[in-house]
Amino acid sequence: MAVPSDSLTQVAPQTEGDQPPLDETRIASRWGILFTRFRRRKLAMFGLGVLVLLFLLAFVGPYLSQWEYTDHDFNAFLQGPSVDHWFGTTQTGGDVYALTLRGMQKSLIIGILVALFSTGLAALVGSFAGYFGGWVDRALMWFVDLLLVLPAFLIIAILSPTFRGKTWLVFVILLAAFLWMVTARIVRGMTISLREREYVLAARYMGVPSHKIIFRHVLPNISSLLIVDATINVSAAVISETGLSYFGFGVQPPDVSLGTLIADGTPAAVTYPWLFGFAAGLLVAIVLAVNLVGDGLRDALDPTSGL
Amino acid sequence: MAKFLLRRLANYVILIAVATSAAYMLAAVSLKPRANFEGRNPPPPEAAVDARLTELNLNDKTPVLERYKIWVSGVVHGDFGKTWEGESVNAEMGRRIGVSLRLLLIATIFGGLLGVLAGAWGAIRQYQFSDHAVTMLSFVILSIPVFVLAVVLEVSAVGFNNAVGSKVFEYTGEFTPGLQGGFWTHAVDRFQHLILPSLTLVLGEIAIFSRYQRSAMLDVLGQDFVRTAQAKGLRRRNALLKHALRTALIPAVTYFIYNFGILIVGATFTEKIFGWHGMGEWFVDSVTRNDINAVAAVTCFAAVMILLAGLVSDVAYALLDPRIRVG
Repeated sequence: MAVPSDSLTQVAPQTEGDQPPLDETRIASRWGILFTRFRRRKLAMFGLGVLVLLFLLAFVGPYLSQWEYTDHDFNAFLQGPSVDHWFGTTQTGGDVYALTLRGMQKSLIIGILVALFSTGLAALVGSFAGYFGGWVDRALMWFVDLLLVLPAFLIIAILSPTFRGKTWLVFVILLAAFLWMVTARIVRGMTISLREREYVLAARYMGVPSHKIIFRHVLPNISSLLIVDATINVSAAVISETGLSYFGFGVQPPDVSLGTLIADGTPAAVTYPWLFGFAAGLLVAIVLAVNLVGDGLRDALDPTSGL
Repeated sequence: MAKFLLRRLANYVILIAVATSAAYMLAAVSLKPRANFEGRNPPPPEAAVDARLTELNLNDKTPVLERYKIWVSGVVHGDFGKTWEGESVNAEMGRRIGVSLRLLLIATIFGGLLGVLAGAWGAIRQYQFSDHAVTMLSFVILSIPVFVLAVVLEVSAVGFNNAVGSKVFEYTGEFTPGLQGGFWTHAVDRFQHLILPSLTLVLGEIAIFSRYQRSAMLDVLGQDFVRTAQAKGLRRRNALLKHALRTALIPAVTYFIYNFGILIVGATFTEKIFGWHGMGEWFVDSVTRNDINAVAAVTCFAAVMILLAGLVSDVAYALLDPRIRVG
């Protein structure tokens, strides 16, 4: 994703010193157009706003309350929301506000890391498979087919005992390792069509090595697609992570994630709604906001897309 | 067409074999049935545990490949081996398979049909209120994870039951155990239990399919042949149903197989939350209980179901698109 700045530096020497280019007929850059189109979509901007607020809540919010997520208030078991405990307390006197924000941090970080890793991997594998074709391509497509039959959820669940007791980063790597296939397939398709473009052919005939062509000419040209996919993968990753954690196959105690919190709150969702409601509501808010942003970005890229 | 289907079928059988074998290998390496015995008090002598594990083909001291060989020779003859408690996996699967199939079938049929209709309707009334309503609703439902949706439905059902003063919606199990009464009492009881789990899955399916169908339908509606159909004197409804919807169904049908894996995972959550003793619940319990053979059996079931869905979508594809039948 650092690629566009690379292509800018190639143009940069033409402008003089630090004088801003004051050309009236300046053609807006691709990113400028994308940004303007995105800003016009009210729902997408709303989603972005909500997402910023959610991030603030998750990372600044814990400092506003006197309770740590590890604290136990032995004077308040299973109390509803009050001035003292904003989101209520758990069976053991834990502060639900602190716990929920802690879980949100974990879910957000995991979601973003997984999306970055898996989109990066998808870009690499997809572009190499599409560019070179042959057995790389066939192996990739076969792997994608296999994962269609063997849902990633089942595989990660089966593998969960192997990372129990290890750092949650192992879980992140596993999630990323199984989320990249669909994006890789799309990247492959786009690479195949880019492979025959004049500028790629020209580079090839001038003797530029294949890996340089992929990094300099192919990937920058699909970077906008990659950004959209990374965004949408964040919500897919958050849903996968919380789903696996819900069954105890993901984030392990003493760590909490929104998934484990929702799992703990589920049996008591009717009698003690605050155990379930806040975590579930915030999870839905995160996914919804990310989806709105991703959808807005996709529409901004392709005004004809009906989805 | 028969040749086309046979070729697809052969391809699918290979995929199932590879997927199930991969799942068995992963499970055999990652799950440790020995831990179940070690946790007992007093701990049984190691020799006895070894003997028992070897008898069940679960001993981690035997090389994985050797265990795999024994397992495969059983599976080829239709025997999925024993659970770690020594019971037959086949018998347990027989009890559970119907429960899951019922949920999956209902979700697929109702979800698919209603989703396609909602999507097509939205496309015909593009940018009108009903279109916006359908689009927004499906967008929101798609952003709610299944386990949240299930619990939200459960809580609303409890609220409704309390408001009405009788138990209209049931939310634990598949039927009321020990219920007295004739056929109709039982039928009504089962139906009451069926509503919430089905609704959980159906809502998600409608949301997905309506989204795909809407965009496919919009692509088709702008094309010349729909206008031609109307110009040659077909009524609007006929032109839309016979020409536009039929063509627009093709992408949705292709998507069917991709979606089935998601549906199976969704059914796992639904079964677990509503206490249905189906394959999904069994999978989750088996992983926690280190039950290698049961895990492999459920994975095989999932693979077979997904590929059956693939076969159905192949047939539907061929029926909808005449070019495939010729080719």
